[in-house]
Amino acid sequence: MPPTERKDFETTKKLREVMGNYFADLGRGAAEGKKTAWCTSVGPAELLWALGFNVYFPENHAAMLGASRMATDLIPLANARGFSPDICSYLTSDVGAYLKGESPLQKMKLSGPPKPDVLVFNTNQCRDVKDWFQFYGREFGVPCFGVHTPRSIGPIDDALVDYVGSQIENLVPLLEPIAGQKLDPACLREVIGISKQTTILWKAVLETAANAPSPLSFFDCTVQMGPAVVMRGLKETLAYYEALLAELKQRVAAGVGAVKGERHRIYWEGMPIWGKLSSLGGQFLQLKTCVVASTYCNSWIFEALDPADPFRSMARAYSSIFICRADDRKEAYIEQMVDRFKVDGILYHDSKTCPNNSNNRYGLPQRMQKKLGKPYLVVNGDLNDLRLYSEEQTRTNIEAFVEQLSQG
Amino acid sequence: MPYFCGIDIGASAAKLMIVDHQRQPVAKAVRRSGIDYAATARRCLDEALQAAGLTESQIESSTSTGYGRDNVAWACGRMTEIACHGKGAFHFYRRAMTVIDIGAQDSKVIHLDDHGFRTSFRMNRKCAAGTGAFLEEIAYRLDLPLSDLNGLAERSTKESSLGSFCTVFAATEILEKIRSGEKIEDIVKGAFRSVVKRVLEMDTIDGMLVMTGGVAAYNPALVRLIEESFGAAVCVPPDPQLIGALGAALFALEAAEKGPTQC
Repeated sequence: MPPTERKDFETTKKLREVMGNYFADLGRGAAEGKKTAWCTSVGPAELLWALGFNVYFPENHAAMLGASRMATDLIPLANARGFSPDICSYLTSDVGAYLKGESPLQKMKLSGPPKPDVLVFNTNQCRDVKDWFQFYGREFGVPCFGVHTPRSIGPIDDALVDYVGSQIENLVPLLEPIAGQKLDPACLREVIGISKQTTILWKAVLETAANAPSPLSFFDCTVQMGPAVVMRGLKETLAYYEALLAELKQRVAAGVGAVKGERHRIYWEGMPIWGKLSSLGGQFLQLKTCVVASTYCNSWIFEALDPADPFRSMARAYSSIFICRADDRKEAYIEQMVDRFKVDGILYHDSKTCPNNSNNRYGLPQRMQKKLGKPYLVVNGDLNDLRLYSEEQTRTNIEAFVEQLSQG
Repeated sequence: MPYFCGIDIGASAAKLMIVDHQRQPVAKAVRRSGIDYAATARRCLDEALQAAGLTESQIESSTSTGYGRDNVAWACGRMTEIACHGKGAFHFYRRAMTVIDIGAQDSKVIHLDDHGFRTSFRMNRKCAAGTGAFLEEIAYRLDLPLSDLNGLAERSTKESSLGSFCTVFAATEILEKIRSGEKIEDIVKGAFRSVVKRVLEMDTIDGMLVMTGGVAAYNPALVRLIEESFGAAVCVPPDPQLIGALGAALFALEAAEKGPTQC
């Protein structure tokens, strides 16, 4: 098949600058007397920003290790230190990078990730983040605190919000001495307000994909989501997404699709395969099929955030994400997404080392097919460990799936 | 009279089929895929043309499939082997069916409705278990020609059980069985059973059960084990190894019926 050109966004040119500034700030932090907190991507980052910390996200770093295809060579180093090849390859690639002293941040003139003064995790995503952060706590000799969110959550009731919210609130006296300052409640409200605005904008960006043709694809979103994850509580993020949203609205008005001649629309369930985004994105372009929506990129929408009720609303927002919900909630969510984005079929990525983000393992695809009458495909791969990925099998599976959508 | 060609470049073998406008096979060719897929495809085409007394200009349209489908410059269209095995199998039976194709490097379970439309499919994971590659490895370990496996399995009176999921570990298990004096024919039957188990866990079946691919073509004993395990009779179409190529030829024919093709 001839190569098909991917239509990039004008706004993306600003993305490098926005993210570059964020990382530069992290790099200068210690020299400028700023404290650095490491936080899980759906951890209580707002609290950390409000306490004046620079906030660094190891998951973002791990995703960069995956996207730059550095991960596969680094994972064995962590395996040799007792971290199994079967556990999270974000963890193993990030630990491997630490052990080898390599980082994609070195291309941004940083020596590597900024040294932490404290680590804060939330188990809403998985238990692996706890072990990941505790490793660094031991390595750097700094405190590691956690919010222990239950899993398979049904309704977000008061008992749950009390349980998680109180854990977040109880972090305050632990973090204040490290931050060297008292928490200013007004500052926390302001940060949560910015995060809420970021969420609203990011959601609006993603929802432009409900148009046909879709002006953006999952492969665009995995790049565009950077600020929504690592800078969601920072003001400069808002201007970026306002500009992106305006460009997307122009595309919609002009009928410009992310995939030229869009014929089919697919929902991506599960983690990205970071090291193969480019080739997979190219394949979908050739197949005139747009991956219009995903669970993954929608996981940084925190509509429950409320500046008037900081701790409880953070608890509500961070316990509402797809990954920690019960299967009936997940099924209802996918059903809603399929309907909203006019999806023709669902692709489930069975990510070998990420069971919590692999929702095909307990019969959910079969149940969804029965319920929605939409075909599905399971692709076996991994978020970062490309040893678990077969290029040819994936290519054939996707091609055959699109053939199936084209029948009749 | 126009003719239509399908070429299936698999991981191990390249298969080519030419059909006439009434969908009847007129020539075929099978060769090892080798390392130069384009050259292999050309040799298959030349061989089949010569056998049928045709010239290339009489081929109105061609479709390529299989791992090497992108390496056949002279093919007008290309389809996945999943589509082609489904198309080829439906050509013979024309009803709702489950097609099990065991090839050299992958296994597929394909569900078709009673119009021949695919309703779902599964391929094996990134693992050689349950494929022809597994049997090739076992033959190598037992120092046997691949073609001897079926005859040995037919003579087995007591099946050896292989517990390992993984081809490499299964081979180690086989060494242990050789050491403990188990008969080669029982070990081979155990290897066949292992392939069947891997296929069994891939998907459920519905409708009639059809087997295609090289493994079914050369190993009737394995087909019988599939029947035993699924509790259903298996239909094996003529030239099962060439069903993907036939399906590809039929796609070429149907594309030509829709309008002129540009190769």
